[in-house]
Amino acid sequence: MKTPEEIFEYLKNEFGEDALTFEKGDIGDPWILVDAASIKSVSKFLRDDPGMRFNTLMCLSGLHYPKEEELGVVYNLHSTELNQTITLKVRVPIDEPAVPSVEAIWKTADWHEREAYDMVGVTFEGHPNHKRILLPDDWEGHPLRKDYVPQEFYRGVTTRA
Amino acid sequence: MIEVISKETGNKEMVINMGPQHPSTHGVLRLELVLDGEIITKVRPHIGYLHRCFEKYAEQMDDYAKVIPYTDRMDYVSAINQEHGYVIALERMLELEVPERVEYIRVIMAELQRIASHLLGIGAFGLDLGAFSPFLYLFTEREKILDIFEKVTGARLLYNYFAVAGLMRDVHPEFKTDTAEFVKTFRPKIKELNDLLSYNKIFIQRTANIGVLPEKVAFNYAASGPVLRGSGVKWDLRKNDPYSIYDRFEFDIPVGTGEVGTLGDCWDRYMVRVKEMEQSLRIIEQALDGMPDEGDVMAAIPKRIRAKEGEIYVRTESPRGELGYYIVSDKSASPFRVKARAPSFVHLSLLPAISRGSLIADMVAIVGSIDIVLGEVDR
Repeated sequence: MKTPEEIFEYLKNEFGEDALTFEKGDIGDPWILVDAASIKSVSKFLRDDPGMRFNTLMCLSGLHYPKEEELGVVYNLHSTELNQTITLKVRVPIDEPAVPSVEAIWKTADWHEREAYDMVGVTFEGHPNHKRILLPDDWEGHPLRKDYVPQEFYRGVTTRA
Repeated sequence: MIEVISKETGNKEMVINMGPQHPSTHGVLRLELVLDGEIITKVRPHIGYLHRCFEKYAEQMDDYAKVIPYTDRMDYVSAINQEHGYVIALERMLELEVPERVEYIRVIMAELQRIASHLLGIGAFGLDLGAFSPFLYLFTEREKILDIFEKVTGARLLYNYFAVAGLMRDVHPEFKTDTAEFVKTFRPKIKELNDLLSYNKIFIQRTANIGVLPEKVAFNYAASGPVLRGSGVKWDLRKNDPYSIYDRFEFDIPVGTGEVGTLGDCWDRYMVRVKEMEQSLRIIEQALDGMPDEGDVMAAIPKRIRAKEGEIYVRTESPRGELGYYIVSDKSASPFRVKARAPSFVHLSLLPAISRGSLIADMVAIVGSIDIVLGEVDR
């Protein structure tokens, strides 16, 4: 079992310092900020390396940071074999929100990524079925953005209560 | 109904809808089935019919504690477990101490709720496959649990009972005797259930060797709870990543064995739930013994919660599997982001992987055996 700091050091040896940053809030879990371009290779390494073995993607969430005008994706990983946990984070500018999909690495990412696209509007490159999941396909906007304003009508029906 | 010609086999294929209004989809789930005769070649689940914007509401509350009633409404069959996960996440985030008595009451309530949820899951599963009477027997038992809950919380389904670092109110004086009485009367009923349903020949034929989920696929899809354990993996967050006071209790983790068919089939997933009820009874008994008679049910915490900047992912074992809350705080009074990782959502996504090639009638068994609650899938 490795601590998040040790996992970060381990990853740094493999991918260099430019693509990764170790961050921590005042409370809660630390996370590793990963360059959007390297998320797929980092994920694959984390899954397959004998010292990492992160075989499950517990959760994948999309976030909107209005102040920085960025979107984020957070990956919570766990290794049932080595009992270790790590959080990865990717941040992309809101006008170009493309993140490579990790669906090919952990199948469970399929629906989580569709939800992140649906709710905050991150687009996942290489996703086999890149469609909305909770909302109808022709819905406008992404509800979990902080500046979201619901559309007034949906197919001629008012959305106001 | 649409007919298409399959590119792979050249056979005529039919596309039909199962749901959204269908008795065996356990709510408003639409399954788009592509059929070659009676064989399913493709399944596309369509969800979102019950989307009630839980995460958006959570962000717009002006207090972290005000989110608790909304968590109830995600998985309305096991509301207590949803609350439990959320309050534990907050308590870990704010590093709050929870009074001893509260922890014991919470564990007893959570395990009672787990039994109630499994009773509904198992009962509805039997009902889907044509076994009507077990459903009625099980609902009688579930009713007894709901009576206890009603006496404690005032509600039968959506409780709003757990508070941050405490409980809304203390339990009634007869809580211990009521619960002990239930444990005593319920234990023989599990054997009755096994005689009535588990080892029923028709039931076994409908569920054995159907919807087999291999261990490797289960991990790839991040399956958890009874679905993962049904595939023979000894994994339970109450033991492997203990929260609350679960490390104080002795209990086993039942896993699938392939007793009547293949490891990881519908029957294994079903049987794990039956055996889990027995283990929950064991935990309740130990918790009743250890529960202090006196003590506060609310820690002294500030009236308004203010978290420092940071984020946390906390997971607990709900009856359906790993229930995770990812909470981000930005120092304001309301959470910056709350994401609920619902086990049903994850399990429904593996449905296409385990139902390809099975008969259309088996689809009903497979959906029933992964025990989804649509309120949690759509949130």
